[in-house]
Amino acid sequence: MITLPPVNWLSLLPSLILTVAGILVLFWDLWMKEEERPLLAWLGLTGLVLTGVVSFGLLGRNESAFNGMLALDSYALFFNLIFCLAAGMTVLMSIDYLETTDIRPGEYYALILFATVGMVLMAAATDLIVIFLGLETMSMAVYVLAGIWRQRLQSNEAALKYFLLGAFASGFFLYGVALVYGATGSVQLGKVAAYVSEYGSSPLLLIGVALLIVGFGFKVAAAPFHVWAPDVYEGAPTTVTAFMAVGVKAAAFAAFARVFLHTLGPIHAQWQGILWILAALTMTVGNVTALVQTNIKRMLAYSSIAHAGYLLVAMVAGQDLGGAALMYYLVAYGLMNLGAFAVVLAVGRKGEPNEEFSDYAGLGFRYPALGMAMTLFMLSLTGVPPLVGFIGKFYIFSAAVKAGYVWLAVIGVLNSAVSAYYYIRVVVNMYMYEGEKVPEFLSARPALATAIILAAVGTVLMGVFPSASIALARASFLSLG
Amino acid sequence: MVSAIVFTPLFAALILLMLPPEDEEGARRLAFGASLLTFVISLGLLAKFESGTADFQFVERFAWITDFGIQYHVGVDGISLFLVLLTTFLMPLVLLASWDDVHKHVKEYLFFFLLLETGMVGTFVALDMFLFYVFWEVMLIPMYFLIGVWGGPRRIYAAIKFLLYTMVGSLLMLVAILYLAYQYNAQHQTVTFDLLRLYDLKLSLIEQKWLFAAFALSFAIKVPLFPFHTWLPDAHVEAPTGGSVILAGVLLKMGTYGFVRFAIPLFPEAAHAAVPIIMALAVIGIVYGALVAMVQPDLKKLVAYSSVSHLGFVVLGLFAFNVQGVEGAVYQMLNHGLSTGALFLLVGVIYERRHTRLISEYGGLWKQVPLYASIFMVVMLSSIGLPGLNGFVGEFLILLGTFRANPLAAILAVSGVVLGAVYMLWMYQRVIFGPITNEENAKLVDLSRREVMIFVPLLAMMLFMGLYPRPLLTRMEKSVEATLARVNVLRQASPEQSRRAQHEQLPNSIGATHASPLQTAPKLIAER
Repeated sequence: MITLPPVNWLSLLPSLILTVAGILVLFWDLWMKEEERPLLAWLGLTGLVLTGVVSFGLLGRNESAFNGMLALDSYALFFNLIFCLAAGMTVLMSIDYLETTDIRPGEYYALILFATVGMVLMAAATDLIVIFLGLETMSMAVYVLAGIWRQRLQSNEAALKYFLLGAFASGFFLYGVALVYGATGSVQLGKVAAYVSEYGSSPLLLIGVALLIVGFGFKVAAAPFHVWAPDVYEGAPTTVTAFMAVGVKAAAFAAFARVFLHTLGPIHAQWQGILWILAALTMTVGNVTALVQTNIKRMLAYSSIAHAGYLLVAMVAGQDLGGAALMYYLVAYGLMNLGAFAVVLAVGRKGEPNEEFSDYAGLGFRYPALGMAMTLFMLSLTGVPPLVGFIGKFYIFSAAVKAGYVWLAVIGVLNSAVSAYYYIRVVVNMYMYEGEKVPEFLSARPALATAIILAAVGTVLMGVFPSASIALARASFLSLG
Repeated sequence: MVSAIVFTPLFAALILLMLPPEDEEGARRLAFGASLLTFVISLGLLAKFESGTADFQFVERFAWITDFGIQYHVGVDGISLFLVLLTTFLMPLVLLASWDDVHKHVKEYLFFFLLLETGMVGTFVALDMFLFYVFWEVMLIPMYFLIGVWGGPRRIYAAIKFLLYTMVGSLLMLVAILYLAYQYNAQHQTVTFDLLRLYDLKLSLIEQKWLFAAFALSFAIKVPLFPFHTWLPDAHVEAPTGGSVILAGVLLKMGTYGFVRFAIPLFPEAAHAAVPIIMALAVIGIVYGALVAMVQPDLKKLVAYSSVSHLGFVVLGLFAFNVQGVEGAVYQMLNHGLSTGALFLLVGVIYERRHTRLISEYGGLWKQVPLYASIFMVVMLSSIGLPGLNGFVGEFLILLGTFRANPLAAILAVSGVVLGAVYMLWMYQRVIFGPITNEENAKLVDLSRREVMIFVPLLAMMLFMGLYPRPLLTRMEKSVEATLARVNVLRQASPEQSRRAQHEQLPNSIGATHASPLQTAPKLIAER
């Protein structure tokens, strides 16, 4: 009789639920009638909500599984909540959107679930190879999602670009893993950490670390590895763009922060200089380029680059405060960015995406609720109190100032001032220009409306009463030990 | 009670959103009622205020964001009390003034005004740096909408300029606030944003200078101090009447209030070091503002530049660092709020009738609208500081204080008073006196009863504050002295520093050590 080695099934539970849900979606799709297909969305959503609830329930556990390859800690579980938020909102937003496109729901929802599995693995991985597996699982699904609107040329272009550059970046990452292995003799984060704290750094290790930065930098769209982002974000279906901008970025940062802030923490001084430059560059490139955009999706693409820059500031700051700030900011960014994309979807309709700034003229007074929601998201992205985006920035810049990076904080706030210009331009268009056309885009779309309301309520409530979520983020980061 | 003043307008604003959009009259009544209620509550503050102490009164304090030691901490002292009152006093008048003026998106207009009131009052009463920053920023957004949606032809440009200017300043201040909090953390092992605790923070001179620069930039933009004033004329000209009144009446005071509450007492040594620069900028602002105001063809622009000049006086008084100067400055903040607010309202009245603000379009109005002309005259005289009206008391105290600190600055500033009289009287002459040159003006109607109701309280306050300043000055006195004690304590603490300071600023430090005859001046005025 074959005896199974002891397996910590609990550590796999979140990814198992998602995998099962994804497979169910795929199979159910084969048998169901054409008009029942939207039900798949609800199945996917159920899986995501269940994963979220399970992750929330497991918060506070701190276990290692599979011989130190996976961890079941609050850090990973907190990130699971972000992934479920991103994927769940994406599904809510997709229900009506898919009907206006030629995307088949079966593959679409299944791929979203499988991508989320990859994300969950990345956050939980305590082994560089498992991180790579998670990264690839996620990326493969997202490559396909970017091009899933097959009839649309830009969508194909986005997929191809993303795939080619992404494969290249994966190569960098893998080579970095190999060099780290060569230098430290292990790919397990725990052993690497032990080596680093005992022997410090070596040239070989540092080259490996630099290559890891390139790999992660690509996935989080940090300058100068960001050039793919605007084209891919603009070309991909809008819901996928939202998913990439929030989910993929959060997953990449989950692994990035675990490896750098925790494992490579002892040699912080060796890598923070590079990240300092990357952070300053990413914020500035993102914000300055966003200034001249006239397409709102493209603007949001550059804005997401800029936000990656703020997140890098948290990485540079490091320590407990920086790590917690990073996690908190990802939630904040997720809420407001998903909300903004949901509004973009609400304004678009079949055959007429309405994605130019000028399409928003006069929207605010004609659709007060929608206008107000978009205003909230834009102000929150700018960082105006008392919205969640402000608390997030406050947290990050606090960490930077506390760690002594005052000038980086100054660059950060000046960038926020720059970003005010383009975010506010959306508001200007909505309220201060009269619209020429009177598009009737707002037929009842309850799922989409739910997504917008959720994001708006979260943006306000987490901004006005941030105490609980801040405490949760801090406790989760501290679980890394 | 303080929280009630802060949040009543916000609460009303949220109710307003639920009203049906057709019900404009109901929305106006609700907003006006709410602002009136807020004013009544703030009168309670005045009634229960104790003038014998410099402590903050009506303090409310509870934990807000525990991880950062951030508290909801509000209270008033003799300085902020009157600024709160000014805000709540002007608000109903402004809403009354826009009754027939604004017809586009009325509900939203009122919503933003109420939101603005919450932001303004909150800024004046916040005693936690974080809370202060929140209110400070919250206030920007409604003002931006008011200018951008209900403003004149170049409103969008003006609104964005206003927003970006003020935002750059305040974001740098945010970094400075964070630095303060973590410096406190380094010294006391606990993070706090509590202003009263941060006052005790020990900072090196170089740190103080950087931090003071960050705070001062933010406040100087808001004041606005020359050369950061360029957003002001644009914003004023394009803003709707109500927006201009609040902008001039209250928002500009936040800059000067910021100096006296935060920048100066938090960084006293840096503030001393900055005196020559800031005084120079203030004097330039006074003279420059007056000269530019003189040549403006547009009434609103004229009043806007006069604000630059008047606020220069306030800053001058603050940086005199003596009781007369600072009291005069606080007093002048209130005066400017009343008289410039009234001037903008008056311009609004004729703009509503004629749809032009060009001085050359008017002339000979006294015959056609005598009531308007006489009210205009009182307001104009109050603005130029005629004895017997409020403007005189403030300007006199400021000049007195400034003279003791820096005679040259006082002498130069006096020229601003003269120039102020010139441009105001000349404008009044061109608009009101003479024969009617423009046919259109012959059809003008005088003030309606509603409009008279707006101006009566304003005129009453101008007279009261001009003739009997004592009740206000006595309530301010302790708080002003406490602020000054924070600034001047350093030079007594270290003899070497004090010697250097005496060397540099002889008249000021004499005042600090010996009771000079001039020190009795506010009492003299108070007893008039």
